[in-house]
Amino acid sequence: MAIHIVGGHVIDPGRFNGVADVLIEEGRIVAVGPNLKAPAGATKIDAKGRLVLPGFVDLHVHFREPGFEYKESIQSGAAAAVAGGFTSVCCMPNTNPVNDNQAITELMLERARAAGLANVFPIGAITKGSEGKELAEIGDLRRAGCVAISDDGKPVMNSLVMRRAMEYALAFDVPVVDHCEDLHLAEGGCMNEGVISTELGLPGMPSAAEDVMVARNVALAELTGARLHLAHISTEGSARMVREAKSRGLKVTAEACPHHFTITEETVRGYNTYAKMNPPLRTWKDVQAIKDGLRDGTIDVIATDHAPHATQEKQLGFAEAPFGIVGLETALPLTLALVEEGVLSLEAAVDKLSTAPAKVFGLAKGTLAVGADADVTIVDQQEQWEVDPAKFFSKSRNTPFAGWKVKGRVRTTIVGGRVVFEASQAEG
Amino acid sequence: MSLKHKDLLSLAPLSVAEIRLILETADSFKEVTGREIKKVPALRGRTVVNLFFEPSTRTRTSFELAAKRLSADVINFSPSSSSVVKGETLLDTARNIEAMQADIIVLRHPSAGAAEALARGVKSSVINAGDGWHEHPTQGLLDLYTIRERGLSFEGLKVAIVGDVAHSRVARSNIHALVKLGAEVRVVGPPTMMPAGVDKLGVRVYYHLDEALRGVQVIMMLRLQLERQGRALFPTIREYARLYGLTAERVKLADPGVIVMHPGPINRGVEIAPEVADSLSSVILDQVANGVAVRMGILYLMSGAN
Repeated sequence: MAIHIVGGHVIDPGRFNGVADVLIEEGRIVAVGPNLKAPAGATKIDAKGRLVLPGFVDLHVHFREPGFEYKESIQSGAAAAVAGGFTSVCCMPNTNPVNDNQAITELMLERARAAGLANVFPIGAITKGSEGKELAEIGDLRRAGCVAISDDGKPVMNSLVMRRAMEYALAFDVPVVDHCEDLHLAEGGCMNEGVISTELGLPGMPSAAEDVMVARNVALAELTGARLHLAHISTEGSARMVREAKSRGLKVTAEACPHHFTITEETVRGYNTYAKMNPPLRTWKDVQAIKDGLRDGTIDVIATDHAPHATQEKQLGFAEAPFGIVGLETALPLTLALVEEGVLSLEAAVDKLSTAPAKVFGLAKGTLAVGADADVTIVDQQEQWEVDPAKFFSKSRNTPFAGWKVKGRVRTTIVGGRVVFEASQAEG
Repeated sequence: MSLKHKDLLSLAPLSVAEIRLILETADSFKEVTGREIKKVPALRGRTVVNLFFEPSTRTRTSFELAAKRLSADVINFSPSSSSVVKGETLLDTARNIEAMQADIIVLRHPSAGAAEALARGVKSSVINAGDGWHEHPTQGLLDLYTIRERGLSFEGLKVAIVGDVAHSRVARSNIHALVKLGAEVRVVGPPTMMPAGVDKLGVRVYYHLDEALRGVQVIMMLRLQLERQGRALFPTIREYARLYGLTAERVKLADPGVIVMHPGPINRGVEIAPEVADSLSSVILDQVANGVAVRMGILYLMSGAN
């Protein structure tokens, strides 16, 4: 089955940027160029005035299956992904049971195949049960299909265990991903520590709780030579340390989430549990530092940390409600806002959503090169719309962006040469 | 003039005029509490529900007495602390109570923001009787009433708030109100007990009690939560008492007419020496007595706002 994408603005970061056709046959890109001749019977997609991009790759999602399917299943998560333009997603292992063995990894891959929407790449646990004590069977996890290892949400507090994990990972050339948070320093905190947490009477988590662990992890990456990927950095200090680590040639990469470059801790006022996530929303200064980090390449990747939670969970008190917000279906317009603002060029934005994340985890994705898997996202950069969580494909509605008027919308998503999402249908 | 708010959740958003209105309304009820028959019909037929998710004797009793002296029907509802745990939302509990036609819900809850969440979800008026470390507005108001009753004027008044400010809802309510009324507020305690950025609320921060007490007209002691020892906030109760305990010697550093306040219950010999608690400077029992009058005033104004 061939698809002929006609006349769109094709951006393949570092390779191509201009108006062209894209031709897809048998699940692969077969040609990119002007006025391509399509084989008879090819499906034609008119992309005039639209962006034709390599499908987005999200290094950080929580699909909750197995264990918490009432929040999200792999099927519903994958549907949310493709609706947001993400053709590949990497699922964190904090399921129940934890993805610390190949049986869970295989189950996740099987469910993803059944869903037949996005490519799902599981991330294996660093330690058994993500308890931070004994290493998980990282070799088995890798062989079963895990693309990285992380105890996300439960940082590896013991520095010796983290050192051993980084060393052991070298044998499999697998990136080690850490959620940087010193649990002692954060001590029961539920928002950024500062004058707002003081006014609200909520226990705060200081920036230093993140910075301390970024510093530790960078030191361990230097010691071991491991590929370190820092999840969702949110502070000025983290950005500064990653910049410094990169300047010294360490194999350190970093991601930032749209909420951390869009809104601040002010959003928590009124005890808004949809503004509760970990790391927490920070100050305006931190937001600026994250933008600077994206601009100068310190931060390689935009990832969503898509963290679905049920309505009744977010209806609890602020301190009791779980951390996390959904992000897959709002990431594109929030990233394009950085383009409008002049923080990123359009090509750099596409790079951070697609090409760079694929590179960081070593996935053969994020490109429209001839021969590549035909994962393509077609975007109307100008279309304005209002975020309505009731229309999300995700099972969960926990977003602080409800009611926001945003710009830039996914029109068509193609995975492996198959159209898996079309906006017009979805709206009908 | 009346209160324009449906609820009393925090002193932060109240105007100076509104604070003065509450204090003046309390004056007339203070007179009632001095009568032989301490009861007026102002809230006859109204229902006040005391919803206390945290053990509290004095605040609950004070509200109960205030409501009864206004002839309201009072229900005390103290869900076991186990029902605060996950799975049961505060809103569900409150909607049940509202369905029974409660006019005013008085809420004490261990979580900051609980009163605000409740107020958004129910039509009844909500009075915050303490939510986590956030605020305890009626305590703040009765403290103001007690200061004013002593003939002190707020403008330029020097007040020292002493102790664990970080974990104190009483401190937050008093800081908001006193700063608004033009007082010079000093907070003093170990740096581990000063919340981040507290100076931005308009107070001066001190770490040494003697320095902070110089020339103040009001000393507000906070209760030390003894169980916080061992969490690296202070080394021992002994050292805390030596550095931040209010002794008779230290009271002499303050203005000669100084009044000593404490929201209770007091730890004698820890944050306050017995001879200070029992001295003429101490207005601790006036605070308790005024609590009833001030809460009558608040209940009266809130019912009128409905």
